[in-house]
Amino acid sequence: MTATVRERPPAPTGTPVLSLRGINKRFGAVQALTDVDFDVVMGEVVALVGDNGAGKSTLVKVMSGVGPADDGTIEFEGRPVAIPTPHAAQDLGIATVFQDLALCDNLDVVGNLYLGREVVRIGALDEVEMERRSLDLLRQLAARLPSVRTRVAGLSGGQRQVVAISRSLLGEPAVVILDEPTAALGVAQTAQVLNLVERLRERGLGVVLISHNLADVFAVADRIVVLRLGRNGGEFPVQDVNQDDVVAAITGSRENVVAERAARRAGHPEAESVEEPDAETPHGAEEEVR
Amino acid sequence: MSERTVVADQEPKPGAGVAGAGTAAGAPGERLSRRGGLAGYMDDFVARLRSGELGALPVIVGLVVIVIVFQSLNSVFLSSGNLVNLAQSIPSTGIIAIGVVLVLLLGEIDLSVAAVSGSAGAVLAVLNANRGYSPLVAVVLALAVGAAIGLLQGLVFTRLGVPSFVVTLAGLLIWQGLQLRVLGETGSVNLPVGQALQKFGQASFVLNTLGYALAVAVSALMFLSMLRQAQRRRAAGLAARPVTELAIRAGALLVLLVVVVYVLSQDRGVPWTLVLFLALVAVVDLVLRRTRYGRAIFAIGGNIEAARRAGINVDRVRTSVFVLTSTFAALGGIVAACYLGGVDQQFQGGDVLINSIAAAVIGGTSLFGGRGRALSALLGVLVIGAIANGLLLVNLKQQDRYIITGVVLIASVVIDSLARRGRQAAGR
Repeated sequence: MTATVRERPPAPTGTPVLSLRGINKRFGAVQALTDVDFDVVMGEVVALVGDNGAGKSTLVKVMSGVGPADDGTIEFEGRPVAIPTPHAAQDLGIATVFQDLALCDNLDVVGNLYLGREVVRIGALDEVEMERRSLDLLRQLAARLPSVRTRVAGLSGGQRQVVAISRSLLGEPAVVILDEPTAALGVAQTAQVLNLVERLRERGLGVVLISHNLADVFAVADRIVVLRLGRNGGEFPVQDVNQDDVVAAITGSRENVVAERAARRAGHPEAESVEEPDAETPHGAEEEVR
Repeated sequence: MSERTVVADQEPKPGAGVAGAGTAAGAPGERLSRRGGLAGYMDDFVARLRSGELGALPVIVGLVVIVIVFQSLNSVFLSSGNLVNLAQSIPSTGIIAIGVVLVLLLGEIDLSVAAVSGSAGAVLAVLNANRGYSPLVAVVLALAVGAAIGLLQGLVFTRLGVPSFVVTLAGLLIWQGLQLRVLGETGSVNLPVGQALQKFGQASFVLNTLGYALAVAVSALMFLSMLRQAQRRRAAGLAARPVTELAIRAGALLVLLVVVVYVLSQDRGVPWTLVLFLALVAVVDLVLRRTRYGRAIFAIGGNIEAARRAGINVDRVRTSVFVLTSTFAALGGIVAACYLGGVDQQFQGGDVLINSIAAAVIGGTSLFGGRGRALSALLGVLVIGAIANGLLLVNLKQQDRYIITGVVLIASVVIDSLARRGRQAAGR
């Protein structure tokens, strides 16, 4: 039985796999990141939160090799490494699922999963093997899709996210970075994606979840790292904080507009959530809740 | 029909609280649940039509309508003699259309194909007739001219970032000019009568026994490869087509080919040029569906950024497709020169460009990239060729043929966009 995604032996659950120290990044006159530290731990979901412009995307780009840091050190599995290109990140075992997913609508699920790394047998595509492995992988992830021969154009937003995340796992990564995976998804689809995130953690992967949606963060993350104005703004184990603390760290003040709104809704401080309104999605209604 | 039942057991993970809706979803087949036998196929068929996956249906319906109309106007239309004429007239445009399918799959366009085919035909004729090169050398050099033009256009497109529309529009003029220059003062060169090239284009046919043998061989090959595929799928625990279905498909192909050979053999036979065209369609079909290169072409046409991030060398694939398209155009020009027995200044001018692009589109290849197949070149050129042939039979003039071909082209594009709307509504 060839497992499509192997559990990596070298880094057991609970050890830091990716450690960033003193990361600085400057764009012209703008200091985007200042002395940022960040750790990814095997078997843990770490949420990276912060307001717009806080440096989340810049930090993701540093880790994924899209925009290398100006200075600072990066250690991967205990060794100092450089991540100058996306390719270098992939070779190390850092997979990034960007918000635009990069799927081909006209290809089916199998075609997308194996795009660029097709299995070839005597010069021809080995569709049988690719389909079998795709089914294996999706079953391991308990991911729900219509037939794997459906074109991606026919999938809902949540299902596309599932395909994109599954695709990133084929490279057998140790770390998976998910950039706003639940943005623009309906309630049920969001739940589907969050289930998948938990499945990644069960497999012992280090998961970085970038999200604006604190409800989602609290639903799956083990640890929350807050960035504020390009600096570390606090780090919380999720069981020790409530959303107000995190919002305070994000905005830099207890007296923020979110807290004001909460106070106004007298007696229901918890009822006010900071999540953005969920965008309507066409397939949301038919989506199965798992 | 036990073979068609869904194979993989979808075990719900404990504690996952699965709602019932997911059961059909995990099915690993090529299709979801299906009734057995013929009813199942009808279900599939209707479902696909509903969701806008029309496939070859509009073309086949169109062909039937064309046949009925022209046969009722002039009973010569379906005679063996006229069908041989038709079979001789379509391969050159069809071969050009194969190249157009490739470039359309990328989401690009090549407006220079007719001019390139004209230049290649002129090079062939001048080398063979005036300079005394052997037919084989002349053919190879003419193909090389096509490939070089394609490489040049492809590099200007990929390296300099000039839109393919502009590159090939300029190419259209440039290569037309090249054609005229190559032809020189006289402006017309005839291929030596009775020699290899002219005979290949006008007077070499597959008759009776050889034709039937080819038909049987092709069908048997198709059956065996489908059978092998089905066995591997079954061995891997995937849903596979039952053997009876494979036999029916291969049998249908056999019957079709035998009928074609039989009907054409009543007159002169199946032109070798047609056999060449069909073989090229089959090869390109395999390359597109079964190789990494073909997959890369579809991926670039579907989402170029995704293709790039998947590690596909986008520029190299695009350049190579331009080379292929121009080479197919050159081959189409060679076949046309052989069929016409010579090349003049009007050679491959007129409606050849629009016919080859129309053939690809009528056959079902999308103008917007990522959707299509090699077979559309064959289906489309049959429609275009049948219309042109029929209109000649009923004595319609050139101007009316243009108008009618144009209307058919628009109709096919309208069907495509309506189908796309259907697909969107059905979420495909």
